[in-house]
Amino acid sequence: MSQLLVESRLDPAQAAIDEVHPAGEPWMKTLQRGQILRIVDLEGNQAVDTIFYSAADPQERYSLTHTIQAQGGLYLGTGSQLMSSEGRPMLTIVADTCGRHDTLGGACASESNTVRYALEKRFMHNCRDNYLLAVAHAPQELDKRDVVSNINFFMNVPVTPEGRLTFEDGISAPGKYVEMRADMDLIVLVSNCPQLNNPCNAYNPTPVRFLIWDGV
Amino acid sequence: METSFATLSPMARAAVPSTSTSFAPELVLWEERMPGGAHWSGLLRRGNTLRLTDLHGCANVSALLFNQEEKTERYNMPDTLKAQHTAYLTQGHVCYSDMGRVLCSIADDSCGWHDTMCGVLDAQGVRAKYGEARYQAHRNSMYRNGLDGFLVELGKWGLGKRDVVANLNLFSKTVADASGRLHFETAHRKPGQYVDLRFEMNVLVVLSTAQHPFDPAPGYDPKAVKLTAWRSGTAGADDPCRLSCAENGRGFINTERYFL
Repeated sequence: MSQLLVESRLDPAQAAIDEVHPAGEPWMKTLQRGQILRIVDLEGNQAVDTIFYSAADPQERYSLTHTIQAQGGLYLGTGSQLMSSEGRPMLTIVADTCGRHDTLGGACASESNTVRYALEKRFMHNCRDNYLLAVAHAPQELDKRDVVSNINFFMNVPVTPEGRLTFEDGISAPGKYVEMRADMDLIVLVSNCPQLNNPCNAYNPTPVRFLIWDGV
Repeated sequence: METSFATLSPMARAAVPSTSTSFAPELVLWEERMPGGAHWSGLLRRGNTLRLTDLHGCANVSALLFNQEEKTERYNMPDTLKAQHTAYLTQGHVCYSDMGRVLCSIADDSCGWHDTMCGVLDAQGVRAKYGEARYQAHRNSMYRNGLDGFLVELGKWGLGKRDVVANLNLFSKTVADASGRLHFETAHRKPGQYVDLRFEMNVLVVLSTAQHPFDPAPGYDPKAVKLTAWRSGTAGADDPCRLSCAENGRGFINTERYFL
């Protein structure tokens, strides 16, 4: 069951940043309080693995447990507050044409791929490699301890009342987007997921588009 | 050809017990009662099982797990849930680290459902839910919270806020409805219910017995548990946790390789 779909009234021509980002690579940007970030699923059903850090103190970071507690539920959509490890709102989702985003699926990794698929799949490219590469080069002092469980925008991981959890075919589509307002100065770390072993990217990792507007 | 237990080298196969060992009182190493709201940490070495017993049938035990030898390797909730296609944990499941290894396997469980997605409350959360009770007036009945309990224990091992990730909440059951809203369920609980965590690696275990964030009880009333460590050995070649899914078969191979 999808949540309320809300369209944005922002004009891409007014965006301060507007860039297309290919599959399988990390993306790291700062976002100031009040700015709006839109992520566009250009070709449909691309998992966008995202972590947020406080720019003032990166030890404060996105927390899935604080987010689930605050909203009493698992799925993200319009109105969801993305909460930090200190219990403060980091961003608020202000528009969403997809309907559901995931909090539980985490990021793919070399090691979990050997468990989930085959030991021989150890060397396939994965999101954890993107995250570790990004933090290794980042100006901030970040390392593996800071690589925490991420949001998966556009990903469909339903949980049943019986407690089953599966990666299902996505409910997103070409051009769907999610838009969020920064409630504090942030660092955004994205891995545009390269996973080929399950349907999280519809078996075809594709580019996404990032737009950032200045706040009004 | 895909690696499986059958294709491992003879030396690798010989390192795995043929079968698992069931509980017997003569295998007990030590036992300790842990009050409600308290915090604890300790090492559970590979081949030892920690039995947690919910004495009154309404406890919650929040837990974080770390590879003692490399504490950046830690319990990873998404890796644990997605590998086993489950949103909760019980007998037959394992707890995965972020390095594709089994920190512990759930060898026995009379409770049936353990949560791992709801986190812990912090001081602000406890104040908002239950009010305030500080040491000056309340001494050891002061209100405690799971996050501060974790941070105190983590500090003893040189760890801190960056090491707080999604935790286990043993003995707590939250069920998602069709829209993803979570509901705390209690009907299945009974005094004396227990769960066995069999440690397949040398693990730093950090515990808090503070109440679950969604506990519907009207007041601050965290319950006690009993901790019993016993010498179980590691999972045998025919162990149900290893055989419950192909994913776990590979997880155990990864774990056993680490100790070859």
